[in-house]
Amino acid sequence: MRNIASLVFAAGLAFLLLVIASEIGFGTPKMLIGTGILAQAPDQVGAANIVTAVLLGYRGIDTLGELSILFAAASAAGLVLARRRDTGTAPRPADPPGGFILRTGADLLFPLLLVVGFYIIVHGHLTPGGGFQGGVILAAAFFVLVLARPAGGMNHTAIAWVEGLAGAAFIGIGLWALWDNGDFLRPLLGQGVLGELLSAGTLPLLSLAVGLKVGAELAGLMTLLAEHSAEPEASDR
Amino acid sequence: MSYLSFESILYTGAIGLIVIGTLGMVMSSHLFRMVLALAIAEAGANLLMVLAGYRGEAVAPILGVYPAGTAMVDPVPQVLVLTAIVIGVGVQALAVSVLMRLYQSYGSLDVRVLRERFELDLSKAAGIGPPGSQEAPAGERPLPPPIPIAARRSELGVPVGGARAGESAP
Repeated sequence: MRNIASLVFAAGLAFLLLVIASEIGFGTPKMLIGTGILAQAPDQVGAANIVTAVLLGYRGIDTLGELSILFAAASAAGLVLARRRDTGTAPRPADPPGGFILRTGADLLFPLLLVVGFYIIVHGHLTPGGGFQGGVILAAAFFVLVLARPAGGMNHTAIAWVEGLAGAAFIGIGLWALWDNGDFLRPLLGQGVLGELLSAGTLPLLSLAVGLKVGAELAGLMTLLAEHSAEPEASDR
Repeated sequence: MSYLSFESILYTGAIGLIVIGTLGMVMSSHLFRMVLALAIAEAGANLLMVLAGYRGEAVAPILGVYPAGTAMVDPVPQVLVLTAIVIGVGVQALAVSVLMRLYQSYGSLDVRVLRERFELDLSKAAGIGPPGSQEAPAGERPLPPPIPIAARRSELGVPVGGARAGESAP
């Protein structure tokens, strides 16, 4: 009975979405805001990548909200997986046998991933990419190390500091804009020359803050999960 | 959409992912499979949103690469999807961490098994017998006579330690 109800529900959902999709029409966006932004962004923001201009310029405060959602998820996961800190009484477990290729490959991959991640973050206003994408690559870089050496762990204090400073920097830039011309998170410092690395005002700084925050948060989250499964506690109950 | 065209295939694919994910969430009884189904549904929703911003004969919204005046796709859905993907990862990590705690405490991720163990724990914490009902009586047969409502109200005042098996908390 429950399965039949679920099937009926799914069929209704599919019908609803198909009807909506057919009403929208394909290839002709009905939203006026996209067209308006495309028309105005080159003169207003000065970022070559309009997606980044929307992300950090027009919808900057939404991005701040999304960062806080991510922060809430990361802190909730930390809260759920929290454990009592035994101060060095138990010896740290040794690494499981991994082999030379795994360890060396991880060591080689780490700087490459760092470079790619920072490249994508710093060029977020010029090429496809930006803080979110580059941040995920940074998190992957640190996670590769943890995967290769599970017992090594990661410095969670440093991660928390990076995360907090990046978030504070994002809000700080927003407050600076508020103090400067009365609009929270409005791009400052002029537009520069389109297509150059130092252009689009404060957007690269915001992008860097987003990238560091996302990277630190996801790295902390995944490391938390990996550490927790690597050394299970004897009993919680 | 009545004809089979390129766009209807794209839309059907995205909507199909959403429906498959929804069905997986509703019909599976294993919690980790529900998380995976949530990821599938999320991918479908993201795909649908990017599709909504598509424009024929248009290029990616990046200035300086194509000659000025070239039609560009709508950047707003791309921005929404961009953040939704990262937030989806965060939410899935949170869900998985809750599942890990659940598995440590209850030794299972099956919803039915979990529900039984939850109820046992709850009734143990409340100090009453295992839950039962008219359909599945937990106490001895034959069933005790039904208690009048007035008597049951008076029972509310007394501690529930000695409550009969076969009736749960009032």
